[in-house]
Amino acid sequence: MTYSPASSRADIVFRARDVSKVYTMGEVEVHALRSVDLDLYAGELLVLLGASGSGKSTFLNILGGLDTPTSGHVFYRDQELSAASERELTRYRRQHVGFVFQFYNLIPSLTARENVALVTDIADDPMPADEALELVDLGNRADHFPAQLSGGEQQRVAIARAVAKQPSVLLCDEPTGALDLETGKLVLGVLERVNREVGTTTAIITHNTAIGSLGDRVVRMSSGEIAEQTRNAARAALDAIEW
Amino acid sequence: MRAIDFKLLREVWKQRGQMLSIGAVVAVGIMTVLTMRGTYESLVASQEVYYRDARFPDIWASLERAPESLRRRIEEIPGVARVGTRVAFSATLDVPSVEAPASGQFVSVPEANRPPLADLTLKTGRYVAPGRRNEVIVSENFALANDFIPGDTLQAVINGRYRDLEIVGTAISPEHTYAVPPGALYPDDERYGIVWMSREALGPATDMEGAFNNVVLTLSRGANADQVLADLDRLLEPYGGLGAYTREDQPSHAILQQELEQNRTQGTVIPAVFLLVAAFLLNIVLGRMIAIQRTEIAVLKAFGYRNAEVGWHYLTFALVAVMAGTLAGIALGIWTGRAMTQLYGEFFDFPTLRYELRWGLVAIAVGISALAAGVGAMGAVRRAVGLPPAEAMRPEPPASFKAGIFERVGLGRLLPAAGRMILRNVERTPARSLFSSIGVAFSVAILVIGLFMFDGVAYMMDLQFRVAQREDLALTFNRPVSSSVRHDLATLSGVTLVEPYRAVPVRLRAGHRERETAIIGTEPGARLRQIVTTGGGTRPVPPEGLLMSAFLADQLELAVGDPVTVEVLEGSRRTTPVPVAGVVEDFIGVAAYMDLGALHQLAHGARSISGAYLAVEPEARDALNAELKELPVVASVASPAQMLESFETQLEEGLLIGVFFILGFSSVISVAVIYNGARVSLSERGRELASLRVLGFSRREVAVLLLGEQGLTTLLGIPLGWGLGYLLAAGVSAGLQTEAYRIPLIISPSTFAWATGVTLVAALVSGLIVRRRLDRMNLIDVLKTRE
Repeated sequence: MTYSPASSRADIVFRARDVSKVYTMGEVEVHALRSVDLDLYAGELLVLLGASGSGKSTFLNILGGLDTPTSGHVFYRDQELSAASERELTRYRRQHVGFVFQFYNLIPSLTARENVALVTDIADDPMPADEALELVDLGNRADHFPAQLSGGEQQRVAIARAVAKQPSVLLCDEPTGALDLETGKLVLGVLERVNREVGTTTAIITHNTAIGSLGDRVVRMSSGEIAEQTRNAARAALDAIEW
Repeated sequence: MRAIDFKLLREVWKQRGQMLSIGAVVAVGIMTVLTMRGTYESLVASQEVYYRDARFPDIWASLERAPESLRRRIEEIPGVARVGTRVAFSATLDVPSVEAPASGQFVSVPEANRPPLADLTLKTGRYVAPGRRNEVIVSENFALANDFIPGDTLQAVINGRYRDLEIVGTAISPEHTYAVPPGALYPDDERYGIVWMSREALGPATDMEGAFNNVVLTLSRGANADQVLADLDRLLEPYGGLGAYTREDQPSHAILQQELEQNRTQGTVIPAVFLLVAAFLLNIVLGRMIAIQRTEIAVLKAFGYRNAEVGWHYLTFALVAVMAGTLAGIALGIWTGRAMTQLYGEFFDFPTLRYELRWGLVAIAVGISALAAGVGAMGAVRRAVGLPPAEAMRPEPPASFKAGIFERVGLGRLLPAAGRMILRNVERTPARSLFSSIGVAFSVAILVIGLFMFDGVAYMMDLQFRVAQREDLALTFNRPVSSSVRHDLATLSGVTLVEPYRAVPVRLRAGHRERETAIIGTEPGARLRQIVTTGGGTRPVPPEGLLMSAFLADQLELAVGDPVTVEVLEGSRRTTPVPVAGVVEDFIGVAAYMDLGALHQLAHGARSISGAYLAVEPEARDALNAELKELPVVASVASPAQMLESFETQLEEGLLIGVFFILGFSSVISVAVIYNGARVSLSERGRELASLRVLGFSRREVAVLLLGEQGLTTLLGIPLGWGLGYLLAAGVSAGLQTEAYRIPLIISPSTFAWATGVTLVAALVSGLIVRRRLDRMNLIDVLKTRE
């Protein structure tokens, strides 16, 4: 069975069909993804829930063009990521994807502004680095080095860095995983606001069930498979979340 | 400037110690290129201009006496472009400031115009004036050494007659860019000089009116030099021709060429070693940096930085270190190149000798160092580029350790835990440890090979002057003299022993190989001059047959027992087959020796002698010198003690400069290798060591764990360096097998001790620098940092 992009709906951003990923670690084969089918729609805020090892990071990495599936097909709009060369994947990431990582992954030798500039330097139509920092309420910390920022601040710089290029999709891997409740909420608030105000399609990975209510849709993964999908009638308010 | 450039700058600054040490290694490499190669090129360029302007001959020949009319026939030899005939003699000079008689090489110059070939370059004063028969020009270095200025007078015994000469000028000549007295290895400017005198004056003074005894010529383009040599020899034979030779055998030119060749080789080999070390260091430093920056690389890639951009970013680290080193090396190289060229100017007389920096050479230097950066960075950059971003996002798996061979054979149990940790670290990265040891070995080897040159020369000189030349004075006569002269010599003040010798110019032939040399004949049981072997023993002269230098035997492809055809180039000019009775491994000259009686028979004719070796009572030396200055038959008086003294002064000067550079070069390598090795370990094991500190280990204990690894690689590297140094020294010794001398492969224990000591000190200093860093390590920060 083939999946032609022509048959896809106009507002589908990602189409994943029958996607599997097998890692070989020494003599052991690990099935990180088993035949996953999923669509992501333009502008939606998707929360991917699951325990560690459930395959959610692998799936996100594949959507982000950081990894390729062992079998199956993944399309970003008209482009088949699963068939793209490394060069095409690089261009895809450069033009369309913003990443936010659990451990922020800022470059320690660069200031907040320079960390954002690292991405705006190579983007086609970026917003000014300072504007991106304003968006995450860190305009006054632009000249600080990562070592001089708290965890939450570092993660907000990372978000500024991800959104500064005005990406089509924002992929966040455990963005609050290393943060306490209050800071985590602040960071989620920023992500939610960017999604709402800019309309960037956003996928957030978390093992924290409480965060699920923030999204338009919740996909629960387990052992490399999609165990459950639910659509929230309305996104919950940030204050209502506890963990 | 882009953000990624800020990253580069800040991280370069953070690792400035490592960058600096790698840059220093590159700087030394580039410096040696510009110094050695630059000096070589400058000398070659000056030599070329000088030879052309001064009309340096292509061929020389000495003979007994030929009428000037023969000149026309020489000019008619096919391939001959220009001919100059001259009168040349050596004579004793009385230099007031020098106690012993000095000797002068007298060369005639035309009075009316400048010499057609081998022209002089006047440095002070003027050319000899027509009709003024007592005017002379002396060689510049001889004048400088004796404070002669134009207007001074000089006494000489020419052809047995005492003459007062007036110095009107000082000059240099391309034939004497390196003025070595006959039979010596080094210039002796106080006691040996070139004296140019008009042909019209020198000819009559030496019974050479309308005749010549020396001819020089240039070849026309495309001429066959061998054919010209043969034709010239045939033409000169009836006139006592002593065998024509080319530039290759012209003493001054040959020594200059040898020196140039040495510069060219050193200018290639030394930089190669240094750039290799730099490439290796870049490889480990960048390799480690990329391991640390796994996640940063992943981030760059996740955000769409292309492989080429990521690769270029890491390559620029290497380029920054290497290019900074290159710039410093160029600046240093120009400086030392100038100094070196100036130093050469003191030894070799050139009219103009300037260090000329050829930009092409700089371009080559920059090119090869960029290549070294590329080679060094290649592996690390490839790893960075090849890192899949998703995988790089995960932390690096813990280093896998296993018990190495040392422990598997059960020796590990003998070691304390710290020892085992050190050992496992060495064994975990065997390639890196091996290369570090090789780096240390190079540092040791550079010292060994640098100091060996002095050992070898000192050994050679010690044997030469302590065992071989035991005479107090060596006299050469200006013509063959009856052997009865020994009785006259014995009556001179303070002379206790006279041993005559005879030197007969010959052409030795074996098959199609031939070469001109002199056979030295000495009396059986001679004590003042002995033939010394490289091992330090002496060889008696056989009663029959020839004893020859192994170098000469090799050239003629002769072995003991083989016959060699000896063509005597004087008097009877007989050709006789003589067996090779022995071959001696010696290290100075390419002589052949014979029993004096046997040589008399071979030469046929009068039993004349060429000179004598004297033993003299020390207190009578002054009186004897005065008497010798008056003796017309004496052409030169050489004193081994004075030769040794002048040699030692030169050696000491060279030693100081040489040792300074060698120590510097070697330390740059050892510090760079050990410091970078320790820094890389520190970055790999910072967390582990911080954890140990938290567990209660003292700073010292932790430092031992870290530096023990470097200590082990250093200790492994040192004996490796002895071996490598020995091999390189053997190579140098083999490469310096020239006719003038052959440096024996002698390395004194003190050389090995010095090499070891200097390397250990460099290792210790590097260790202390890293130890300071380790002491300042903030435990909490290190533990918090996620690797």
